[in-house]
Amino acid sequence: MLSLSHFLILGAILFAISIVGIFLNRKNLIVLLMAIELMLLSVNMNFVAFSRYMQDPNGQLFVFFILAVAAAEAAVGLAILVLLFRNLKTIHVDDLDSLKG
Amino acid sequence: MDFKTTVFFFLSAILIFAGLRVITARNPVHAVLHLILAFFTSAGLWLLLQAEFLAMVLVMVYIGAVMVLFLFVVMMLDINLDQLRQGFWKYLPLGAVIGILIAIEMGMVLGSRYFQVLDSEVPGVAANASNTRELGALLSTDYVYPFELAAVVLLVAIVAAVALTFRGPKKTRYTDPAAQIRVKAADRVRVVKMPVEKQD
Repeated sequence: MLSLSHFLILGAILFAISIVGIFLNRKNLIVLLMAIELMLLSVNMNFVAFSRYMQDPNGQLFVFFILAVAAAEAAVGLAILVLLFRNLKTIHVDDLDSLKG
Repeated sequence: MDFKTTVFFFLSAILIFAGLRVITARNPVHAVLHLILAFFTSAGLWLLLQAEFLAMVLVMVYIGAVMVLFLFVVMMLDINLDQLRQGFWKYLPLGAVIGILIAIEMGMVLGSRYFQVLDSEVPGVAANASNTRELGALLSTDYVYPFELAAVVLLVAIVAAVALTFRGPKKTRYTDPAAQIRVKAADRVRVVKMPVEKQD
């Protein structure tokens, strides 16, 4: 029997994997962006599972909007990444310190 | 174990493997390819949940557009792999411990009998029900304004991405219209006065 908790635990494992990814690849801006994409995927998995379980399509529409916003975020993030690489010739996070933050 | 459960465990094993490879792959191109595998497998899992529309959107929009954009950008950048990997092994024990703790905590909450999610089977839908029709009806009634807002967000993202990476027009074979209009006859033709010389 396929229960709701199967999908929720899968989403939790995926979320934990992406948190570990942010820990491990703190220097690499590209993999950081990819870990965020993975995190959004795990959240979407929960949304779809709950939406099907509650028989309520509103949750699936929320996933639709998350996908739209995530696409916009990826486009702008990658544009910034290309701009950084063009100016600094690196995407090493430690080198991005011109704001002295 | 029935067929659906078998398919679920098969797909989730692939999904977790792909997720682990995304964060541990040495080459960023491999990481993007494994991320594509992860999205594709999730689309399969969503099909198992009978959310067909979102599964198709994930394959077409996410893999077809966003991930290909990622792949292009990763391949364009010429990066020093060794420099980016520094600190990886140093942070691995701490990161793995925290990740496992988070997964176990969430698993204990979501998998326990106390919250009764373990016993709750995901209900099936009627054979002739259309997921796309249902979502489309909702999208064009209750969610019209959020839908248009999403379109505006995407438009802003397009303009922002172009504005950020635009490097100005090409310098070759380019005429500035303002300078063309401003030009005077004196700028174009120069009358040179010189004495007549006799031919030998």
